[in-house]
Amino acid sequence: MAAPEFEIPKYREFPTVPAMVPDSMARVRPHVANEKIQSALGYPGALVDDWQEKAIEEFGNLLGKYRSLKVFMDSCVHCGSCTDKCHYFIGTNDPKNMPVARQELMRSVYRRYFTLPGKVFPKLVGARDLTRDVLDEWYTYFWQCSECRRCSVFCPYGIDTAEVTMAARHILDTVGYGQKYSNEILGKVNKIGNNLGLPGPALEDTLQGLEEDVKDDTGIDVKYPLDVAGAEVLLVTPSADFFAEPHIESLIGYGKVFHAAGISWTLSSYASEAGNFGLFDGDYQMMRKVAMRIREQALELGVKRIVVGECGHAWRVAYAFWNTLTGLGAGGDDPFAVELQKQLDPRYKQPSHICEFTWDLIQQGRLKFDKEANDNRVITFHDSCNVARASRMGDYPGGQFDIPRNIIRTVANKFVDMDEATIREVTFCCGGGGGVLTDELIETRVKGAFPRMEALQQVVDRHGVNFMATICAICKAQFTKVLPYYGFNMRLVGGVHQLVSTAIRLGDEQ
Amino acid sequence: MTLFFTILFYLATAALVAGLAYKIYDFARTPAPLSIPTTPAPTTKPGVAFRLAREVVLFESLFKGNLWIWLFGWLFHMGLFLVLVRHLRYFVSDVPAWLLFIQPFGKYAAFMMVAGLAGLWARRLFVERIRYISTPSDHLWLVLLLVIGMSGTAMTFLMHTDVVAVKAFFLGLMRFDIQPLPAHPGLFIHLLLVALLMILFPFSKLLHAPGVFFSPTRNMADNPRETRHLAPWAAQIEKN
Repeated sequence: MAAPEFEIPKYREFPTVPAMVPDSMARVRPHVANEKIQSALGYPGALVDDWQEKAIEEFGNLLGKYRSLKVFMDSCVHCGSCTDKCHYFIGTNDPKNMPVARQELMRSVYRRYFTLPGKVFPKLVGARDLTRDVLDEWYTYFWQCSECRRCSVFCPYGIDTAEVTMAARHILDTVGYGQKYSNEILGKVNKIGNNLGLPGPALEDTLQGLEEDVKDDTGIDVKYPLDVAGAEVLLVTPSADFFAEPHIESLIGYGKVFHAAGISWTLSSYASEAGNFGLFDGDYQMMRKVAMRIREQALELGVKRIVVGECGHAWRVAYAFWNTLTGLGAGGDDPFAVELQKQLDPRYKQPSHICEFTWDLIQQGRLKFDKEANDNRVITFHDSCNVARASRMGDYPGGQFDIPRNIIRTVANKFVDMDEATIREVTFCCGGGGGVLTDELIETRVKGAFPRMEALQQVVDRHGVNFMATICAICKAQFTKVLPYYGFNMRLVGGVHQLVSTAIRLGDEQ
Repeated sequence: MTLFFTILFYLATAALVAGLAYKIYDFARTPAPLSIPTTPAPTTKPGVAFRLAREVVLFESLFKGNLWIWLFGWLFHMGLFLVLVRHLRYFVSDVPAWLLFIQPFGKYAAFMMVAGLAGLWARRLFVERIRYISTPSDHLWLVLLLVIGMSGTAMTFLMHTDVVAVKAFFLGLMRFDIQPLPAHPGLFIHLLLVALLMILFPFSKLLHAPGVFFSPTRNMADNPRETRHLAPWAAQIEKN
């Protein structure tokens, strides 16, 4: 690791609120998407001449389509409850990273163009013209938000900065000011089927290699099937699971669970991506387009169940939006939804999270484990923001916190939680979510990880934790990169199904 | 002065009612196209109603967020609520027993209200983060409410006005039978600022009052796998 060109935040003795350092992050911004990337998505290739007019027009358009944006623009009273809740503020001390201040970048423009007091007395109510400086400020600070929703937990009106960030990014896209990293990925998923741009043959090779590795390792023929029509389960997982470390360890684990339970399953090369970066820019049509690939494959392969792998924002889109976007769920009465829903097995939740799937099998006694196999690990669990605050698992609110922990406790002996002010519904983001997982934002990412690193250090010191399990591809990639900045081994992070994989019995026990 | 306040209060009432009605209509007609409750969230409608009730009565989320803001904000709002209920006596000719019963509570709640406002303003002035996010209008709202609260409290406890005549004036307004308003500087200030508040309400951050009921992160049930949630404009996309 090269020496960083910025200062790593120091752990605090007491969890005090940092003093503000205005504009300390004003220079940190992601690369702008080029013309090729932009036009592949149907956005203007570069900032259009009449960007101001277009931006205001799109702003008005969004206000009419999204109640969240409209209510959130009107309702904030600047009470300050959210001001010390954002990991980026805690890590950077830049006041524009306080949720209310971030929203205010947009709200000030809302007031100027959409409210009477802002038109008449702009100074008095803090209204601003949408100048080029303001637009640049949007680009800078709306790409220092990971849309983790932590602020929304503490807002007396439930104002969710993620909704504001999405709207701002969408406006930026439509005037030709897109972000390279996210929009390039959207181009790949639309063209090839996954965020990494892995074509079908490459996937096939990888999966064959996995089968050989698992065979060498365990002596058992665990299959990693691709494009198998008539399989019971279609598994949709983030494409990082096919290649990246430690992600692939969890993919190995999913295969072992299917094998041990004797349930037929398949991956798909056409729908080889659970992630959906359409979420990050709040572009409904884009998000729908990406999600439609999964509907189409489910219909084509004739599967009965859809299961989603370990990925935070993917689970948000799958759990909360797939039914809306693609009819993949239950309870639909329109022909579009019914076409798919009559094919899916109503005895199961559609879609199911891989953790729900595994936990159900554990409860039915269909999986057996050698817990001692994980005895070299002292484990803690990092709740991923989109799972924690934007979705659910199981039958009751909060199941998303218990089910992964239940699985860990079933497959391992040593588990401790981090400080309760940093987990479950108030969990801190890894610092890399929401479309900021790109190299040029490393400063944002390292500083944003600070509150999580602080809590991790505590359990490392007190309990000797050496494994932080998580169920998100972005969390895994982000921590792998960021942990060394704080003096940790990058292998400290891994997946829940990596632990399952270590302990599961594959023989003829059943 | 009677004529001035007569016109002012008709105007203010019209602005408040029409402005708020429009804003509520505007919130209600705008769809929430995606299921976005902040989870863990209730899975049923009664559960959602209970969550919203906790937000409105107890300020649950604010309590989780910051105890000082919660304390001052809750004191102010609950004080204001009791004070407003107490003021109902100026608008009904026969005061019912329960309204008589709460009069002393309403009287002293004024101190809660003023104390809460003072606390909120102190935070706005002295806490760096909150000073940073405050606009001039944020300060002015607190001043406006403080002066309303203090002028009212002063009339209750120090420099009394002819409340019987005040009541006759407001009952008269409601019956379109104008009665003289007592000449009292405290009363004039109090009523002038109340009218100003009523007029500005629908154009300001005071919209958080209806807003909280329309906030999708709080008023949506967590049931997206069981129910297909489709906005009209999104359904249109499906047809294309």
